Amino acid sequence: MSTASRLMMTAISLLALILVWYVVARLIASPLLPGPAAVVAAMDRAAQDGALQFNIAITLARVAASFVIAMAVGSAVGIVLGRSPRLNELFGPWVIVLLNLPALVIIILCYVWFGLTEAAAITAVSINKIPNVAVTMREGATALSRDLDEMARLYRFGRWKTLRHVTLPQLVPFFAASARSGLALTWKIVLVVELLGRSNGVGFELQTAFQLFDVATVLAYALAFTVVIQLIELGIMQPWERRAGGWRR
Amino acid sequence: MSAIHIDIAAKTYPAQSGSPAQEIFRDFRLDVAKGEFLALLGPSGLGKTTLLNIVAGLDTDYRGAVRFEPPLPRVAYAFQNPRLLPWRTVLENVALVLPADAAGGEAARAVLEEVGIADLAGAYPERLSLGQQRRVALARAFAVAPDILLMDEPFTSLDEATSRRLRDLLRRLLAKRPATVMFVTHDEREADELANRVVRLEGTPVRVASDVRAEPAPLSRP
Repeated sequence: MSTASRLMMTAISLLALILVWYVVARLIASPLLPGPAAVVAAMDRAAQDGALQFNIAITLARVAASFVIAMAVGSAVGIVLGRSPRLNELFGPWVIVLLNLPALVIIILCYVWFGLTEAAAITAVSINKIPNVAVTMREGATALSRDLDEMARLYRFGRWKTLRHVTLPQLVPFFAASARSGLALTWKIVLVVELLGRSNGVGFELQTAFQLFDVATVLAYALAFTVVIQLIELGIMQPWERRAGGWRR
Repeated sequence: MSAIHIDIAAKTYPAQSGSPAQEIFRDFRLDVAKGEFLALLGPSGLGKTTLLNIVAGLDTDYRGAVRFEPPLPRVAYAFQNPRLLPWRTVLENVALVLPADAAGGEAARAVLEEVGIADLAGAYPERLSLGQQRRVALARAFAVAPDILLMDEPFTSLDEATSRRLRDLLRRLLAKRPATVMFVTHDEREADELANRVVRLEGTPVRVASDVRAEPAPLSRP
């Protein structure tokens, strides 16, 4: 299917969803399920004084900070564990424990130990994400090609050349996979962190609206933020992956 | 004077699930003269690749020694699989074994020209045929101007015409830049055509079954 017709299908599918939403909202006729028009109106109200833009920007900044930290630390941990069977035996179980610790527990502990601060919030989100990245990158690091490694040794590539031209390119698919799932996970957790211990951001606004049973505002924020995340996915993640995978047949 | 002096006291494959430990080499000696084209013949699974890996310094898990004359030769290795970096272009694959300067890039281009794939310099290896990939591997090997060239069945899985063209190419390259060659193959005709010494290996542990001088066939005109 061509790109144009695929976009067309997506548009039709989304329009159908909005139509179903509209019909159901009309049938139920309750303020607890506002229709599309009411949500757009709420979005417009929130955007008037700049609150919507401000809170989305704050939340995005938190997503970006914790995403970068989690990718950097997680990749380093994963590569080290993947390269050293001994360290993996020692610390592999730690990663599993961390992986299975509920996000909420980590958030509560961070807030209790480090206070209701920005640093605690970002730390909490990063720690939630690090084990996922580490596990994926470890898989990549264990599967590194011995053949290419021997080739690099024979032709005396040296440490830096080997890392740059032989090792890292093999890890790109794993990095891309953890970045993609990472972005989705990070922004969901950021909202919870904001709801529990921040006084701004999309998560905080959702909580306020929740207390007022203002479903239109909840949906307005949710939709606006989802659109922003989709734009990041389409505008940054996918082009980068295409570029990195340009050598594939 | 020998360029490579191989003396393996013992080389053992460790026991793996199902098969016991296997002694591949015991008191195995082989000297290769400077400039010699030595073909190593023998059934697959015998340990020929292991022998090349030991000479290359990639396998150090053995008792014994490999000595070179001169002591620190430049070694190139054409592996059984081309072992190109799929995420680097043909030119980059060759240039990477050279110093990263303008002269290195120039030399890489020149050697690609020589093996007849200069027009593929910007392509990625996975888009090439196996024959073309082997040409790149050959270009990479000759780019380092090797004193010693190790080749592990570098022309298998090719149709007869392609592998003959590659054999001719190898001989032309060697005529221009002589090197001491150890060439592993299980194809007798290939050995006869290329080598001036044919060593047949057999048994476990490996021993030399026959060691004969040979006269390579005259080089056909391209």
